[in-house]
Amino acid sequence: MRKSATALCQLAALLFALTTGSIAALAADGQDHDGKSGGTADHAKFEELNKTFASGPDVTRACLSCHNKAGDQVMHSIHWKWEFQNEKTGQTLGKSHVINAFCGNVAANEPRCTSCHVGYGWTDMAAGPPKDETKVDCLVCHDRTGTYTKIATAAGMPPLDPVSPKAQTITGAPAKALDLGKIARSVGLPGRENCGQCHFYGGGGDNVKHGDLSSVLFEPTKAVDVHMDKDGLNFACSKCHVSTEHQWAGSRYDVKAIDTVGTGKPGARRDVATCESCHGSSPHPIGTVAGIKLNNHTGRVACQTCHIPSFARGGVATKTKWDWSTAGKLKEGAPYHEEDFTQSDGSHLHTYLSTKGGFEWGENVTPYYAWFDGQVRYTLSDATIDPTKTVEINRIKGSPDDPNSRIWPFKRMEGRQAYDAKLNHLVYNHVFGPDTDSAFWTNFDWDKAIKAAMEHVGVDYSGEYGFVDTLMYWPITHMVAPKDDALACAECHARDGRLASLAGFYMPGRDHFSWLDIIGYLAIAGALGGVILHSLARVMMRGRTKH
Amino acid sequence: MTDKNHYHDIRAQEKPPVIKKKTRQGLCPGQNHYVMIYTRYERFWHWSQAALIFALFFTGLNIHGTFSLISFKLAVTIHTFAAIALIVLWIFTTFWNFTTGQWRQYLFKEGIFKIIRFYAYGIIVGEPHPYKKGLQRKQNALQSLAYMTFMLIVGPALWSTGIIYLLYDLWRDMPYAGVLLPIIAFLHTAAAFMIAIFVIVHVYMTTTGKSVFHYVKTMITGYDCVELTEAEEAYIRETQSVSMIE
Ligand code: HEM
Repeated sequence: MRKSATALCQLAALLFALTTGSIAALAADGQDHDGKSGGTADHAKFEELNKTFASGPDVTRACLSCHNKAGDQVMHSIHWKWEFQNEKTGQTLGKSHVINAFCGNVAANEPRCTSCHVGYGWTDMAAGPPKDETKVDCLVCHDRTGTYTKIATAAGMPPLDPVSPKAQTITGAPAKALDLGKIARSVGLPGRENCGQCHFYGGGGDNVKHGDLSSVLFEPTKAVDVHMDKDGLNFACSKCHVSTEHQWAGSRYDVKAIDTVGTGKPGARRDVATCESCHGSSPHPIGTVAGIKLNNHTGRVACQTCHIPSFARGGVATKTKWDWSTAGKLKEGAPYHEEDFTQSDGSHLHTYLSTKGGFEWGENVTPYYAWFDGQVRYTLSDATIDPTKTVEINRIKGSPDDPNSRIWPFKRMEGRQAYDAKLNHLVYNHVFGPDTDSAFWTNFDWDKAIKAAMEHVGVDYSGEYGFVDTLMYWPITHMVAPKDDALACAECHARDGRLASLAGFYMPGRDHFSWLDIIGYLAIAGALGGVILHSLARVMMRGRTKH
Repeated sequence: MTDKNHYHDIRAQEKPPVIKKKTRQGLCPGQNHYVMIYTRYERFWHWSQAALIFALFFTGLNIHGTFSLISFKLAVTIHTFAAIALIVLWIFTTFWNFTTGQWRQYLFKEGIFKIIRFYAYGIIVGEPHPYKKGLQRKQNALQSLAYMTFMLIVGPALWSTGIIYLLYDLWRDMPYAGVLLPIIAFLHTAAAFMIAIFVIVHVYMTTTGKSVFHYVKTMITGYDCVELTEAEEAYIRETQSVSMIE
């Protein structure tokens, strides 16, 4: 009964996929990524778009003339505000507020960091994003020519004629002048190449930040990501990161660490990006002991833990350590770099930059595991730190005794970064500013750089800085491997397995009572020894009684 | 102990023919007769229990982390199936023991110190066994006590903790589940060690018969030489309730 129902569903899904597939194939813009097909309009035929555009806002104005609620919707999203109000912890987070273990802070470095803002011209964090709807950048998400991009240092502006020969895009490629008209006529639902331009390059380079989001995911193989597999499911990001009114599911500030609702009614869920929202919470076949056991694991172990055996797969490394304390060394008065990490594709990655300090990189990195209930508390600039200890930039909450916590995989970023040595709090840093006399990347002077940033943000600074070791946790959830690559039981159920250092609960195979074992093994050895001695005695005495 | 009235209860369900041919003459010395003392069910129960316990001990240690000769997944799978099989077997056997009255075999017997003395000393110097196996006295006092301990203490300790362990996912969200699990695992492991010691000594004891494999052979064929009282012998001949080879 159940089987036939599933078969029916599969048939229906197949038919659906075939029809939507052919509609998509007919569409002028040739959208090919699953999860974003189904458009009913060809933008190339719209009068409003059949002209030349002088600027980004010019295009936006044309978009808004039909999509009259889109601007307002975007301006209420985290993509626009870079601010997240965490109701559970009361903290105000988001890129405009937090300090991280990478470049540190957006504030005081705006035009470089806001190059990835979904808008045009956000030049001052404190003032907030632009108030004008036409400053929303529709194209960065909706361009389907694959050519749209933004200049790396121009507060979100795209490269338009004339482009400076030295200009780079946000992915580090040489910038070329765009044809805004052609791009405007191509628009469609976002594909991986749209989201990826910003999200695969967080932290200033390919896969620097997340570890599970790299340029490999533009066209990944199945081995790297079963969902985005270019020859298979080929999901767009929005297939999982569902949206309503330009708001997306899937937050790193307030993570849905466990989803007991599961799939919900067919087609019902538009609110979460969890694995369970498609796969349910008993996804393993129940025909075997192992299947039943695994289904019981889903309440305690996140899907990602077993199904993402390592991150930074597919040939692009991620930054695992960033030591700011060594930044600023010069050779003959000039900044220099070292490239001592060789990526599997043969390219060399920076291990030292005068501007940024020392780095370590990793490919196919084994995650760090922790109990996680989805809550993350940030060490903001107002938090007093203990510089004698390693400071957690973001603390993840969770416990084995809490049914809402599960074991999750993380990228654990190691940092060494600046703090106020008197007031004991983290400091902001002014790194980018080619024309200022205080920006670190041009002047290599910590005193000036920190002071300028702290003034800009308006946080007290004693004038004395030091460096403190930090850790930052990034939940791993992309790069889901094919099921044959999922972790075997003994990866964790073993004395020295992946969860060896996770305390507070008993796990067969990992834990044991040493003294019970010692007594047990000794008793067994004693019993064996006893019977051997006894039998020897019998044999010897028998020999004697015979004679 | 050799109350006639019991024969019927005990052996009624199995009526193998008395083999009249004198093929096995001289097999048993003196008064003894070569009779079936372990029925088919007893032998089946004994050997399948042995195999299951061996499998459980092996896979249990593999799960425990003592060694990893097979994958954890396979170990858990085998352990789970073998455990369920063993529990079913024990339920059947308990039922069998009570319906056939065989449970009496396990009752406390006197003379245990003589037996202990025999195994500690007598056997080495060649004294005769102080205990005569009878149709209704298959076990000596020491055996009865050991098997009783096995069935009433170690066995239940294993299956009760094992079942709780197996059903962990049903109670894991209850308060104190985190404290209970290691206790259950501790007791289960401790009982497993006790069973292992029992098995070692038990296997060794099987070598103390007339020959090294005498007892093992008995448990395979079911037949052994036992002393029959005249009344017993007459009864068996009359009712053919017990297979006897002459
Ligand atoms: C009689 C029924 C039994 C049941 C229901 C049972 C069940 C279990 C369960 C559920 C586990 C936890 C691992 C897993 O999830 O599979 C386990 C572990 C174990 N079992 Fe059993 N078992 C039984 C009998 C035995 C026997 C007869 C032995 C040994 C002779 C044994 C030795 C062990 C050992 C050593 C462990 C590892 C304990 C640890 O490290 O936590 N079990 N058993």
